[in-house]
Amino acid sequence: MKLLMALSGALFVFYVLVHMYGNLKIFGGVEAFDEYALHLRTILMPILPFGGFLWIFRALLVVALAAHAYSAFYLWSRARGARTTRYVAKQAAQATIRSRMMRWGGVALLLFLVWHLLQFTILKINVGPDAAGDSAGKLVISSFQVWWVVLIYVLALAALGMHLWHGVWSASQTLGWTNSAKSRRTAKATATVIALVTAVGFALPPLAILFGIVKGN
Amino acid sequence: MNLTLKIWRQAGPKAKGEMVTYPVTDISEDMSFLEMLDVLNEQLNARGEEPIAFDSDCREGICGMCGLMISGKAHGPEVTTTCQLHMRSFSDGDEITIEPWRADAFPVIKDLVVDRSSFDRIIQAGGFISANTGSAPEAHSVPVPKPKADRSFMAAACIGCGACVAACPNASGMLFMGAKITHLGELPQGQPERDARVVSMVSQHDHEGFGGCTNVGACSAACPKEIPLDVINQLNKDLRGALMRGE
Amino acid sequence: MTDTQTASTVAPEAPAPTREAAPGVVHGLYTEGEPIVDTKAPKGPIEARWNKRKFDAALVNPANRRKLTVIIVGTGLAGGAAAATLGEAGYNVKSFCYQDSPRRAHSIAAQGGINAAKNYKEDGDSTFRLFYDTVKGGDYRSRESNVYRLAEVSANIIDQCVAQGVPFAREYGGLLDNRSFGGVQVSRTFYARGQTGQQLLIGAYQALERQVAAGTVEMFSRHEMLEVVVVDGKARGIIARDLVTGEIETHLADAVVLASGGYGNVFFLSTNAMGSNVTATWRAHRKGAHFANPCYTQIHPTCIPVAGEHQSKLTLMSESLRNDGRIWVPKNAADCEKDPREIPEEDRDYYLERIYPSFGNLVPRDIASRQAKNVCDEGRGVGPKVGDFRRGVYLDFTDALKRMSAEAVAEKYGNLLDMYQRITGENPYEVPMRIYPAVHYTMGGLWVDYDLQSSIPGLFVAGEANFSDHGANRLGASALMQGLADGYFVLPNTIRDYLAKGPFPKLEESNEAVVEARASVDARVQKLLSINGDRSVDSFHKELGNIMWEYCGMERSEEGLLKAIDLIRGLRDEFWRNVKVLGSADTLNQSLEKAGRVADFLELGELMCIDALHRRESCGGHFRAESQTEDGEALRHDDEYAYVAAWEWGGQDGTPVLHKEDLVYEFVEMKQRSYK
Ligand SMILES: Cc1cc2nc3c(=O)[nH]c(=O)nc-3n(C[C@H](O)[C@H](O)[C@H](O)COP(=O)(O)OP(=O)(O)OC[C@H]3O[C@@H](n4cnc5c(N)ncnc54)[C@H](O)[C@@H]3O)c2cc1C
Ligand code: HEM
Ligand code: HEM
Ligand code: SF4
Ligand code: F3S
Ligand code: FES
Repeated sequence: MKLLMALSGALFVFYVLVHMYGNLKIFGGVEAFDEYALHLRTILMPILPFGGFLWIFRALLVVALAAHAYSAFYLWSRARGARTTRYVAKQAAQATIRSRMMRWGGVALLLFLVWHLLQFTILKINVGPDAAGDSAGKLVISSFQVWWVVLIYVLALAALGMHLWHGVWSASQTLGWTNSAKSRRTAKATATVIALVTAVGFALPPLAILFGIVKGN
Repeated sequence: MNLTLKIWRQAGPKAKGEMVTYPVTDISEDMSFLEMLDVLNEQLNARGEEPIAFDSDCREGICGMCGLMISGKAHGPEVTTTCQLHMRSFSDGDEITIEPWRADAFPVIKDLVVDRSSFDRIIQAGGFISANTGSAPEAHSVPVPKPKADRSFMAAACIGCGACVAACPNASGMLFMGAKITHLGELPQGQPERDARVVSMVSQHDHEGFGGCTNVGACSAACPKEIPLDVINQLNKDLRGALMRGE
Repeated sequence: MTDTQTASTVAPEAPAPTREAAPGVVHGLYTEGEPIVDTKAPKGPIEARWNKRKFDAALVNPANRRKLTVIIVGTGLAGGAAAATLGEAGYNVKSFCYQDSPRRAHSIAAQGGINAAKNYKEDGDSTFRLFYDTVKGGDYRSRESNVYRLAEVSANIIDQCVAQGVPFAREYGGLLDNRSFGGVQVSRTFYARGQTGQQLLIGAYQALERQVAAGTVEMFSRHEMLEVVVVDGKARGIIARDLVTGEIETHLADAVVLASGGYGNVFFLSTNAMGSNVTATWRAHRKGAHFANPCYTQIHPTCIPVAGEHQSKLTLMSESLRNDGRIWVPKNAADCEKDPREIPEEDRDYYLERIYPSFGNLVPRDIASRQAKNVCDEGRGVGPKVGDFRRGVYLDFTDALKRMSAEAVAEKYGNLLDMYQRITGENPYEVPMRIYPAVHYTMGGLWVDYDLQSSIPGLFVAGEANFSDHGANRLGASALMQGLADGYFVLPNTIRDYLAKGPFPKLEESNEAVVEARASVDARVQKLLSINGDRSVDSFHKELGNIMWEYCGMERSEEGLLKAIDLIRGLRDEFWRNVKVLGSADTLNQSLEKAGRVADFLELGELMCIDALHRRESCGGHFRAESQTEDGEALRHDDEYAYVAAWEWGGQDGTPVLHKEDLVYEFVEMKQRSYK
């Protein structure tokens, strides 16, 4: 169960990193971003039809998400079952806060994903002032000129950062990579780096757009 | 010093329990936490109230019999066992809540006493090296590299107190189990049964109703013997290996 | 003669006992019975005896073993090892302990180490030398055949434990490390930092749990044995109370083994666990098993001194600390209140190094303990005053810290020093530690023959519960050795000789003797709950402890012992009139458990004093004020007292009967010990 969670989590991490790299292209302008969106669809093009890789990858992600969420809720319910009588004195220890954060953070991420997909892939809801047409780049820029959209993203990214911070370390522990003091330190450091990089990396485009550093034309 | 104690009272395994408040006075700093409870019990006895049941035996921090949740912390504020906690860790006027370990795998027997036999059953599932009496080879025939011997010893220091389970938000017994896996797995003698051991102990652990580990780390922080988290990692590693080898 | 615990709480007006001298009654206290002539030890060369006994002992066909049930009370090194071994052999074993898990038996608390004649250091060790040292260390009050056997199997113990995964300390080359231990000049002690007992016990516990899983051993934890069932003169079972449900249960078997540990808690304050008791062995004693040398208790020199009124137990620090720490007190009583760091070198008295130059701080326990008492009696003790005297001496690591660096000291003794700091709140890396002797081990116990069989056929006794192979004093690191020797190697080989005669006729629970045993337990429980007086069990226990420590501790005199006997009788009488035990019999009731134990201690205490009184010699840790040399050293009387004193229960109102078993030395010459 834990193994499933770690593996699906790891896949997410990989995806998120790629995705972030892509998003950062918005700094290169709308074309660069659209090119990237196209590129996503044309990887392995001769072998697979247009969007084929993306679809495989999407399927994988959906399976992973299902597995991840399933194991999360399974563990959660087992934990509840393992202590049906709660303590009276609530422990203020950091540790509990962090584990709660994993769960609620995960749920927040799920909600965010729903919104995010609705917004950018499925419905392409445009809440922004400018027309976007077919350009993903324009859609993004237009959307992030609305402050509350940015707020949702920033909050979600904070959740993501926290989730990854513990998650990456936790995955390496679950996979059994950390049984010496040194490897443990490395795992902690890696987790911190990945968490920071993704949170900050993702946060840059929306903020940049909001504050007008990147403008659509 | 004077203190206010809020203590869990429960008449029996099936009875409903509640917190009861007891003031205590004139507690000396040099007393141990359990001696402080002894004083309270003498007073209760004198008043005709039944004394509070709690477990302890060696009172030296080694048998693992004692264990209380003290103001939300397993074994209280210091890194030690409840019996080795001294009143100098508290201040005059403090309010202290005292609860039993809470985990469905550790049902309450009475007041602060819980049943930890689930730990014994985990050991029965494979926490041993099969070496019948009299069949042992000469002790020096198998040298053990010192780093491995030391790591094995570090893990073997677990006293089976259950504080890890009590502190874990998931009520998971992974630290206890990881300690045993590491103790036996680091030694050449422990190799033949290594795969079977981890698989069967983990399955017993889950069967007993302990929660799953989500790497929170509260267990290790509460452990009086400072068993490090990497024993859980070792367990996961051994488990993965064993499953891959088809155990 | 006053000591750590003051007698102030002792009731002054205890009723005077009636002491009408019946014919043949000595001191009005006991009678002498037939001597014991045969201990069943084989004759011949000492090296050959154990092999001979093993060969002569009848065998039990493997197919028959399942049909034989053995009850083992106790899961310490002795009981745990025996249950595992008999389970492996295929017997049907029922194992009992009062803790919630067999892993918590008090053996777990042993810190220092376990001896074995492996001679890994090539420093001249041998089976014979271990045998010799143990006999000498026991002050020539142990049996040669038994001690030799102990030394002989010691090497097998280490092999067995290593195979089970006991993580003994190792050297860089990966081989086992050894250290030297109090009173011995060779390095033969195996250890696992300060947790040797724990690691050995976990080894035995795991072997035991393996048999539980295999179905050969049935485990009854949180069960307290309260009576032995004796049918037709043979031990056939026990009556135990399930401590959780309160149910009184009958368990029947073909043989019963008691491995229930020591009774040091008769002193209230001791290094024993809170639940350590004499109940199992005392109940057997009352059913006919002789109790041997009850007054032989070991006082351990390096314990943390008493801090206050409410202290519930004393904590031992391994005497391995004496290997590198130096013991001293101020030369002048006036310096005793000073900060020890400010007392200059020339004003310190390293008294052990001064009096015993060749052994120095490593003299045996009895000597180290008595000298500590002596310097404190002179008014040169340190630490808080307890009663009229300061009860403590310094154990100083300053020199070691200079010689070895703080890290090296921490590596060797870290956990002990941390424990000291946790308990006292003082940092031993900066301020010298304070130590004082405390009761630690009981060499006395149920009398057993060479087969570990008591005077009740079918009742075997192992580990600290029997009267031990140690004589009047025990060398460090030898109790673990005896526990495991008895449990793994001796008992499984000797009990088969008895079991080969079985299976014995099937017993019904309705058998008269069984019903009677059970009824007596029920009645006693009801009696304790019904007295409803005004004094708590603990207050009786503390008072008994004070009497015992004061008059039957390190130094004893005729006058003191007689007084103690009077006081104990008065106290016992009051106990049965005025104890207050609340709660009911059908739940977990810790006061009730304690009450039963204290009731038995109150009977044992008297027998201990009688034994101490009759032994008018200073021997082992027991200094008789009437028997000393001119310079105040202990004086033994081999011509009169070279025997085991085995006491037979004389009935509730009768007097105990003394049976003497002469100790004959063929291989070691008896000498007055000298460590000067
Ligand atoms: C603090 C300390 C340190 C020591 N250090 C050393 C050392 O370094 N080296 C050394 O050689 N020796 C040492 N000793 C001595 C040694 O540890 C003991 O003598 C030895 O372990 C006793 O083992 P045992 O198996 O006889 O009994 P124990 O381990 O005491 O076991 C007694 C068992 O009997 C059970 N029991 C008792 N009464 C009942 C009853 N009525 N009903 C049911 N069950 C019962 C208990 O539950 C327990 O399982 C030390 C002792 C102490 C106290
Ligand atoms: C559906 C929404 C999600 C939920 C409910 C959720 C919940 C959880 C939970 C409860 C854990 C276990 C915590 C632990 O093991 O300590 C976890 C672990 C993890 N999550 Fe999520 N999460 C979600 C989405 C995500 C996303 C979107 C990512 C990555 C972008 C992610 C990455 C990880 C990683 C890497 C781990 C560590 C795996 C491990 O512990 O072995 N999760 N998640
Ligand atoms: C600033 C932050 C982000 C921006 C600008 C952004 C932008 C986009 C865009 C434009 C798309 C559509 C791509 C396409 O259809 O070609 C997309 C898809 C997606 N994003 Fe994001 N995203 C952000 C953050 C995140 C985060 C934090 C996650 C996950 C935790 C995430 C997960 C996804 C997923 C799963 C898809 C669907 C991919 C697919 O259709 O295959 N995104 N994002
Ligand atoms: S791992 Fe630590 S907390 Fe858990 S049982 Fe062992 S000693 Fe106690
Ligand atoms: S606190 Fe619990 S979640 Fe795992 S790391 Fe420790 S067992
Ligand atoms: S009572 Fe033994 S560890 Fe606390």
